Amino acid sequence: MSHQEQGRPTQPAAPDRAAALGPHAIRTEGLSKDFTLHLQGGIRIPVLRGVDLAVAPGECVALAGPSGAGKSTLMRCLYGNYGAGSGHVWVRHDGREVDITSADAREVRAVRRDTLGYVSQFLRVIPRVATQQIVAEPLMARGVGREEAMAHAAALLKRLNLPAKLHGLPPATFSGGEQQRVNLARGFAPGYPVLLLDEPTASLDAANRDVVVALIAEAKRAGTAIIGIFHDTEVRDRVADRLFEVAPMQDAA
Amino acid sequence: MSELLTAEGLHLHFGKVAALDDVALEIHPGEVVAIVGESGSGKTTLLRVLAGLMPPQQGQVLYAGEDVHAMGEAARRRLMRSDWGFVHQNPRDGLRLRVSAGGNVGERLMAAGARHYGNIRAEATEWLKRVEIDPARIDDMPLQFSGGMQQRLQIARTLVTRPKLVFMDEPTGGLDVSVQARLLDLIRALVADLGLAVLIVTHDIAAARLLAHRMLVMRRGQVVEQGLTDRVLDDPQHPYTQLLVSSVLAA
Repeated sequence: MSHQEQGRPTQPAAPDRAAALGPHAIRTEGLSKDFTLHLQGGIRIPVLRGVDLAVAPGECVALAGPSGAGKSTLMRCLYGNYGAGSGHVWVRHDGREVDITSADAREVRAVRRDTLGYVSQFLRVIPRVATQQIVAEPLMARGVGREEAMAHAAALLKRLNLPAKLHGLPPATFSGGEQQRVNLARGFAPGYPVLLLDEPTASLDAANRDVVVALIAEAKRAGTAIIGIFHDTEVRDRVADRLFEVAPMQDAA
Repeated sequence: MSELLTAEGLHLHFGKVAALDDVALEIHPGEVVAIVGESGSGKTTLLRVLAGLMPPQQGQVLYAGEDVHAMGEAARRRLMRSDWGFVHQNPRDGLRLRVSAGGNVGERLMAAGARHYGNIRAEATEWLKRVEIDPARIDDMPLQFSGGMQQRLQIARTLVTRPKLVFMDEPTGGLDVSVQARLLDLIRALVADLGLAVLIVTHDIAAARLLAHRMLVMRRGQVVEQGLTDRVLDDPQHPYTQLLVSSVLAA
């Protein structure tokens, strides 16, 4: 895994040392995003303007700003789920920087397989696929053997308090909190060098929140760069090294 | 170049109607590409032209560097038996109805060179299991099967020879919604297991999201938008793609 090859210290990075840690795991350069709604007479909605965000390995940055400021839009741009109007999203992948905004579809897939993970707020359920399989899949895609991947998935699900009797069931009928934990297990299992977390504790109880906080701390120690949206300020203060303000466009103008 | 199949400058007009208007496309090994668009957008025509079933008026289709439309009927048939598979919307177009289920699967193995009867029957049995058909029905005729089973049988028949590239034309088209979901899962798992490249034509946006790595949106014979499946669906740029996506119930 590339984050181990960079010879990073095993201590969690202090925020002011982030720049000294060498190449950023992910950074944006003048990132802007508008939506043009052709079905509403071509109205243009500007959401992001000139965003410059850089995150070092082992660092956790929380996006801050009021609801509707564009935090989720920024996350989706970072993952390549949304295209960019202008600017770049550079992800350190396989020893070089790849621009997610202009890379072709196959390259984005490779970056997502090996480097860039994303835990969205809601699990997109695949009918009939068992929970344990859903969590093991990204591991197997990276070449981990089936048995090892399934064992790792089971352990992580158990840690997130999803009992073994649920592992063989598709999560379609699970509660919101259970589905979110499946999503978290799937996101944390592969140990991506860069991990995006959109409200990872939104529907979790206190005990499971603590598990997520511990998972984030462990990922940071392993050198993962994390960008998150945390409405739960207690969780945010426990995991984030610094805040990055996303301002609504009318304020930023 | 690692492309399996490339097409350039494809044109095909039916009278004044442009079915293909300067279409280009490439597909790499292991890649699943969906072609979406409304009826009459040219997507099925494109699939037929790419698979060599219909010649374009202009343009070229290359498979592993060879011109598909210049190679001659015999070479193209050989390709269909070895490297390619075609899954038709109507399973009756892809199955031999007077041959048993096992025979339908075994026949394609024989066409690809298999000769040992015991091995062929064992492999056919294995494939019926893989597509979730009870092996006890190996000697039944396809017409005794439901529509969903017929479609799964067609998929077994197509994949048994482990093609590199599979063309699928609305594979879930005529089926009930519950049957569609089962078939989509099955296709998804098989494609991942076998590392197949697939070109799938569908008007079902949810199916395309589930299966495809990459997506092309067609309208009036042109590719109006293409790219990563989730980006095309979640951040559509072209007015037509926005209309298409907004018309779908929770895809």
